[in-house]
Amino acid sequence: MSDVVEKTLSALPSLLSLDTQAGAGKLSPSSKLGNLIKGITELTSKHEEEKLIKKELESIKEQVASPNTTMRQMKEIMVRAIYCEMLGYQASFSYIHAIKLAQQGSVLEKRVGYLAVSLFLNETDEFLLLLVNTVLKDLQSTNLIEVCMALTVVSQMFPKDMIPAILPVVEEKLTHPKEIIRRKAVLALYKFYLIAPNQVQHIHSKFRKALCDKDPGVMTASLHIYLQLIKENPESYKDLTGSMVTILRQVVGGKLPLDFNYHSVPAPWLQIQLLRILAYLGKEDQGTSEMMYDVLEESLRRAEMNHNITYAILFECVKTIYTVHPKSQLLEKAAECIGNFVLSPKINLKYLGLKALTYVVQQDANLALPHQMTIIECLDHSDVIIKRETLELLFRITNAQNVTVIVEKMLEFLRLTCDDYSTIDLVGKVAELAEKYAPDNVWFIQTMNSVFSLGGDVMQPDIPNNFLRLLAEGVDNVEDRQLRLFAVDSYVSLLQGETAKLPQRFLQVISWVLGEYSYLREEESDPGSVMRLLARLLDQRHTSTETRSWVLGAMTKLCSSPVSVALARDVCERYSGSLNTVLRQKAQELMILSQDTKLRARVLPAESRLESLEVDSSLSFLDGYVSEALAAGAAPYKSPHQRQEDLVQEKALSLEPYGLSLPVSLSSCSITDRLSPTLLSMSSGLSGNSTELSHQEGSTTLKLEGVKRVWGKDGYLAQQQSACETPTPLVELPSPLLSPQTPPSQTQKPSSGLEPDQEKRQLASSLFVGLGSHNSVCLMGRVETAPRHFRRKPRGESSSGASEGSSDSSHSSRSAAVDNLLLSNLLDSTTVASEGGAASTTTPQQTSQRTLDHTTSNGNPLVEGTEQRVEAGGPLSLIRGNGMVAVVPPTHTQTDPQTQQDLHPAPALERRRDLSLTSHLPAELSGLARSEFTPLCSDQDSSLALSACRVYKEDALVLLVFISNNNDSALHQMALQLTCKELEISCISGSPLKEVKGHSVSVCLHTVVMKRASVQVELAGLLSYQRPLGQPQAAQFSLSLSLKHFLRPLTVSTGDYGKMWLSFSHDLKQNLRLVTTEHQEPLTATLDALKGKLHLHVVDIIGSEGIVACRLLQGPGQGQPCLLHCRVHADSLAVWLRSPVPELPDSLLYHCQKALTET
Amino acid sequence: MVTGCKVAKTRVAHYPDALDLTITMIKFLLMVNKQGQTRLSKYYEQVDIEKRPSLETDVVKRCLSRKKEECSFVEYKDFRLVYRQYAALFIVVGISDTENELSIYELVHNFVEVLDKYFSRVSELDIMFNLDKVHIIIDEIIQNGHIVETNKNRILAPLLALDKMAEAH
Repeated sequence: MSDVVEKTLSALPSLLSLDTQAGAGKLSPSSKLGNLIKGITELTSKHEEEKLIKKELESIKEQVASPNTTMRQMKEIMVRAIYCEMLGYQASFSYIHAIKLAQQGSVLEKRVGYLAVSLFLNETDEFLLLLVNTVLKDLQSTNLIEVCMALTVVSQMFPKDMIPAILPVVEEKLTHPKEIIRRKAVLALYKFYLIAPNQVQHIHSKFRKALCDKDPGVMTASLHIYLQLIKENPESYKDLTGSMVTILRQVVGGKLPLDFNYHSVPAPWLQIQLLRILAYLGKEDQGTSEMMYDVLEESLRRAEMNHNITYAILFECVKTIYTVHPKSQLLEKAAECIGNFVLSPKINLKYLGLKALTYVVQQDANLALPHQMTIIECLDHSDVIIKRETLELLFRITNAQNVTVIVEKMLEFLRLTCDDYSTIDLVGKVAELAEKYAPDNVWFIQTMNSVFSLGGDVMQPDIPNNFLRLLAEGVDNVEDRQLRLFAVDSYVSLLQGETAKLPQRFLQVISWVLGEYSYLREEESDPGSVMRLLARLLDQRHTSTETRSWVLGAMTKLCSSPVSVALARDVCERYSGSLNTVLRQKAQELMILSQDTKLRARVLPAESRLESLEVDSSLSFLDGYVSEALAAGAAPYKSPHQRQEDLVQEKALSLEPYGLSLPVSLSSCSITDRLSPTLLSMSSGLSGNSTELSHQEGSTTLKLEGVKRVWGKDGYLAQQQSACETPTPLVELPSPLLSPQTPPSQTQKPSSGLEPDQEKRQLASSLFVGLGSHNSVCLMGRVETAPRHFRRKPRGESSSGASEGSSDSSHSSRSAAVDNLLLSNLLDSTTVASEGGAASTTTPQQTSQRTLDHTTSNGNPLVEGTEQRVEAGGPLSLIRGNGMVAVVPPTHTQTDPQTQQDLHPAPALERRRDLSLTSHLPAELSGLARSEFTPLCSDQDSSLALSACRVYKEDALVLLVFISNNNDSALHQMALQLTCKELEISCISGSPLKEVKGHSVSVCLHTVVMKRASVQVELAGLLSYQRPLGQPQAAQFSLSLSLKHFLRPLTVSTGDYGKMWLSFSHDLKQNLRLVTTEHQEPLTATLDALKGKLHLHVVDIIGSEGIVACRLLQGPGQGQPCLLHCRVHADSLAVWLRSPVPELPDSLLYHCQKALTET
Repeated sequence: MVTGCKVAKTRVAHYPDALDLTITMIKFLLMVNKQGQTRLSKYYEQVDIEKRPSLETDVVKRCLSRKKEECSFVEYKDFRLVYRQYAALFIVVGISDTENELSIYELVHNFVEVLDKYFSRVSELDIMFNLDKVHIIIDEIIQNGHIVETNKNRILAPLLALDKMAEAH
């Protein structure tokens, strides 16, 4: 083929001069199009091109305006306009003529008209409306070719709102006798489904008919729709598995007409499509997967031919096999297949092999082991793409033991690459690995130094942010101190060297750290040294203004010694006249603070570095300003998340440099741009205060951990098992017999013919250490000793799902206080209980007050808030307003008994007893929302009666058991036992009750939380007691508690909601019925009903969509969030639930259903 | 993990669990000669017309700089390029991360075989002089970034019918 082209091209000059050659077709070189093409082929510079096209556009403009231009000429003009646009010159004046051509031209001209329209216009163009009538006319034409081209253009672009106008005609074509018309009709409906799924909902049955069409082309077309439908909702299409399997079997078996073959392979792209569909159907579904094992095996077997296209099918087949429920036999064959790819001398296959390995090692890292040597060779491959893919693979198998080698390889690559996109991506990965698996402080700091130097100013702003937080985070123990000190030392020596090459971001990090932690090295150096280094930075030309302001901020913290003060004065003099207002302000601050020691001590107190500050994250002081602006017609604020969604909806290819193309998330700017260094230092505990940052981090953490380990080598892993997985895979099968130091490769892998040299072997053993079961002992040991410091702290528990569970929960108990603090702020839910029992003493008034303060919260921890506090100067409270809404406002129970009764109708008699029991409610619980009193059990003679009541505290469910002794004699030897394996119950009564006097009531208080979300649990209770003159007796009772008792509203802003949404991995979709009332929108009414019954928080309602959030109580200050996204869809409510915990959406959905059916 | 939504967006593609969120698709198809001149371009994702030339230049640069023994797939921003060379002409397809590179590589060949069949020995000039027809062929093969037809006879059927009608006139 290619030599054919070569030959023809060598004849180019003659072709151009003579018009009769094949290539030139019927065009004469004297024609305008011929001239244009000739002109284009002769172009030698951009400048010439511009001249040529400008001239051409003028000529086209003139021609289209002339009334004498025929349609035939118009066709040629359109092709010329297509050329102009292709070269990047807009010919918008010709658009209307393209539409006219489609309207009025004869067949071929019409086709070119349609073609020009599809090339010129985009899908949202209003011009398209002008096309609707033409399309409709052509659809009804008796000329099949016209019908055909109308359907083609419709399946490329059509105005969404006009679909109903042509839908019936298109539907009718589904039964057309010609296969090509049926096929194109199906594709047109597919397009409608993509742009307006609601419009074609009623024709789903017709899709099925298309799937069963006798023509394979029509069937193939319908698969596009099914791939989409199944992707979105696999559950509803499980019944199609059989059909898909049959189709694939027939295709593989060569039952299609021969012209569907490509190089003797039957319909390869159809096979690939079917394999993708099967992957979606069989994923996490054993029954469905079993139906397809045979055909998958057959696909593997049939695709033996040595042709690229069979490898493409194999690749897809392997992916499917590793996606569906595992079958060991198939897995082995697939693994073998990957081996063939990886070992292939053909470079394209090697690439594909690496890609397949990257895909499968996420599920079983062992699979990389047999290919160690190949992987090592690929690492040094001359093809940079192969290298890059190999690094991607290594990134997936990194563990605590091989991290240093892998990171080194990545940094090596980074030093050589000059591609911004790769740099951004890899730098992020290195930083992530460093944080997760760093073996020690020194390595961590050095690696991060490389990250900052190499990532320069293109890297994600979150990297420095997270790094600084990591340094600032944590208790002030020896380990943290060492880390900080090491960072300081390392930066000092960096600054002593050549600083011109250091990126600005790095310099900013350095300044902040020096400002914050230089005091750690004070003993050993003279006090002014750091100051001098910083001052030197200021002097350098290449230092940016932003960096200068960070430096000035650092100096402000450091100017304690006389030497420093003198230095500071010099600097101030220079910058107080700066044209840049920020620098001028910094200089002023430095000036004042360096001279006024007392003020400085108050504003920058050294001892409170680790304490959190109160930040008015909602910026409520700006509310007035905002509402004024809104009233004056300003656009309402859109969160970065929303803005990004908008961008995504535009579906544009991003042409900007990668790092700049999307809006920088607010949190990322907050340190680098908005936070002045001074303020940053004030909020050293910023991780504790900034919900925004934590969420940000969470969303990304989760992405990483979204990879569930679905199966192991021996089969499917149950969900719980995977929940216990440590971040490093392969901890099962510990085999203590082998020494941890044994390099894994040597005994295991016979090298493939080649004798690998010592160096490679060593590299292999260091790269693949930690993989393979024989290393597990050592591995587990390492996990323990690896410094906790580098682990993600708060997010592990709060939002990561299965993968990090166990290792982090043990760690959380150790640093529980800190974590709880972070967490509670993070979820914006509870007051910090660890600080002097603040939560329990919070009066209801305070709570509602805070609620008021925070209802307008948009959750952006901007620093201006900090500034205010700084000015206020007083000691800052750790307890931060938190936007928690009391489940039922306290006034509710006190002043509005009527409502209470309505909510819990109780017989009059009962109510009297309730009243008497109410007086026994402990004072601190009396203001809180509670349930009615439930009688549990009583004696035959009612001498002893037990009742229970639930009090809904913000951070716990308190279960009260009332023991009423209605007899004269006292009860002795009392013991109350509550047991339930799904609940965690702890007694909080001051002293364990021993006896109850005659005619009195005693109360036992227990806090109860659910260990795992479940719909309903039974609690068993046993009360043993003794009357003065009797035998020991016991009363048994049981009490059921439902999930909804453990739900609390989760108050988040829409922006935070968006971020959390993206980060949660477990989701569930379901349609619920809508509640209809007279005076409310159905959506509002439904959400209100849910809010009332299940204590959910309605975050926002926008049009026909509403977002709702809640959390499940889980120990003090913790909670598992669950987010609901509701959308009114016809006359039902499509609810989409997401949570980091797998069980929560299920159980919550059950209660939602129940709540709505009861309404 | 220290990246914002930007990188996360592309990274999603690497995770099997996130497969559902990404659309597997062809983003554009280019025919470019060795001098880097665009001979045909078709976009399936909207790109401003002013930005196309610079994108094309960039894409071609990536492909031209690759050696013969290097693989035919290139990472480019958050998507991938699959390219195949026929004499002086390169065909470059931009695809999403989840697409099967090799199947696209062969799709390109299938496309060239169709052109070859229609033009009987296709050349760069055939493509230039028949830009509209090549577009009509592509419209049969790819729609909305998905492969909709690969059977050569069926791909050519509408175009051949058009030619017949034109002749009859």
